[in-house]
Amino acid sequence: MHITATIVFVALFVLIAVLGFLSARWQRGDLGHLHEWGLGGRRFGNWITWFLIGGDLYTAYTFVAVPALVFGAGALGFFALPYTVLVYPLVFSVLPRLWVIAKHHNFITAADFVAARYDSPALALVIALTGIVATMPYIALQLVGVEVVIGGLGFPSHGIVGELPLIIAFVVLAAFTYTSGLRAPASIAVVKDLLVYITVLALIIVVPWKLGGFGKIFAAVPAEHLYLPPIHSGNFGTQSFYLTLALGSALALMLYPHATTAVLSAKGPKTLRRNWIFLPAYSFVLGLIALLGYMAYAANLPDNPALAPYFHRYGPQFAMPGLLLRYFPDYFVGIGFAAVAIGALVPAAIMSIAAANLFTRNIYRAYLRPDCDARRETQMAKLVSLMVKFGALLFILLLPTHFAIQLQLLGGILILQTLPAIVSGIYTRWFDPRALLIAWAIALGWAIWAASLTGFQKSGYALHFFGWTIPGYIGLYALLLNFLFAILITLLLRAIGRHSSADLTDAAAYQE
Amino acid sequence: MKRKAAGLGFWGVLYLSIPCIAVLAVPLYNRATPVLFGIPFFYWWQILWVPLSGFFLYLAWRRVERRG
Repeated sequence: MHITATIVFVALFVLIAVLGFLSARWQRGDLGHLHEWGLGGRRFGNWITWFLIGGDLYTAYTFVAVPALVFGAGALGFFALPYTVLVYPLVFSVLPRLWVIAKHHNFITAADFVAARYDSPALALVIALTGIVATMPYIALQLVGVEVVIGGLGFPSHGIVGELPLIIAFVVLAAFTYTSGLRAPASIAVVKDLLVYITVLALIIVVPWKLGGFGKIFAAVPAEHLYLPPIHSGNFGTQSFYLTLALGSALALMLYPHATTAVLSAKGPKTLRRNWIFLPAYSFVLGLIALLGYMAYAANLPDNPALAPYFHRYGPQFAMPGLLLRYFPDYFVGIGFAAVAIGALVPAAIMSIAAANLFTRNIYRAYLRPDCDARRETQMAKLVSLMVKFGALLFILLLPTHFAIQLQLLGGILILQTLPAIVSGIYTRWFDPRALLIAWAIALGWAIWAASLTGFQKSGYALHFFGWTIPGYIGLYALLLNFLFAILITLLLRAIGRHSSADLTDAAAYQE
Repeated sequence: MKRKAAGLGFWGVLYLSIPCIAVLAVPLYNRATPVLFGIPFFYWWQILWVPLSGFFLYLAWRRVERRG
């Protein structure tokens, strides 16, 4: 048991819990309205939006999983970097337009937009359901990061004593999200980032210095681990997978409900665009974090007698916590571990709010209680955010971790299939809603089949094409299939004059 | 009336495409040399494009601001 580390960890945790509850008073608004509770009143300026989107996208799981992936899989794990480079140009071109339309019509979710744009509650329902299904395992995964650091502090891994810290952390999270809404993760994100930057900077300076420089670190890693295997005899191998995975993940990211929530909470498109110029600063940190995987490799951490039991229990996921334990004093371990744990709470809060917004707006109000007023709607969203979080907690406590990881993998593939309806809708009303619905179902069916070929272990599918073998990300291949069918069926419906062109949104909202 | 395409314009789209192409050209940067500060090309090339993408986002942002 690391006593000093635990004390620092707990102290920081208490600090952010207090902050979470106090933030209900900040930029005070009527929390009985969904756009106040669930979008912070659409008033977040430059700074807060930067912290909020950063806290949203670079999650605790990132800090643990990215070094773990590089440690275990080598070069392939580095796909996280091109992925974050691709994200901002994509969102920069697409999402400010969504903001303008959403503000014009008081849309809270992307499914709200789809419902009105295509005058199709059915299409909106599948968009909302896909969003909720993809978000649930994502929340559960945040807990995996917390579990690893709590284990690293020396708590037993099983039994009620081992699980109690996780449960307490989650009850606190659930309580402040309930009372403060999106304002809570927004204010906590600032503290979280401070801790993350301190930890990463310290790691990236101290560890290479102790290991004798980057040259020595990379020399310790075998070459087949450091690079993607070369293309040979018409097989692109990991290279095409790397590329499609980076691109597919970047596209998927902007469709995740928690990304929409963070984006719509900004003050305006100008705030968003200005933010995205500076958000790559996070990606830079992510690149450094990824390199920690090789440092753990070069330092031969799993053979260290003090760390071996942790690696035995958590596998490569212990790469980043292991470096902290190996090279830093106890109090600093507490800061670093707190950064991971708090880094889990911010996105988990935003995700649960996003899922709650979707349920309330696009299922509850659209199908169950069309006559509910703003106050009742918000009350429902608050309750759902609680349910979503406890669902995720039970998921982690009762099921093996690899289920959450596999479901999250599948979730990314599924959420990508909402792209034709949402993103095309921002630009054109050409597609027919039924065509989009059928294409979504076909793509979803194919994607689940393709993922089942590896027993839901991997997200790759080898496409054979005129003698070439092109392994790629299932999500991206399914997206191509999705677009293909959406276009074909729309053309067909238009040809027989049965297409729908009803649009409840105001054309003026598209003229920014 | 012609609608403004994405509000970005030709140059905006071009600026945003450059970092994307740079990191999507996997076979071109999947190599060890040239090494920089002991870091193989594969790694420093991708890390380098993080701040560079910020620069190109800035250029695109300037276009959008000017277009109003």
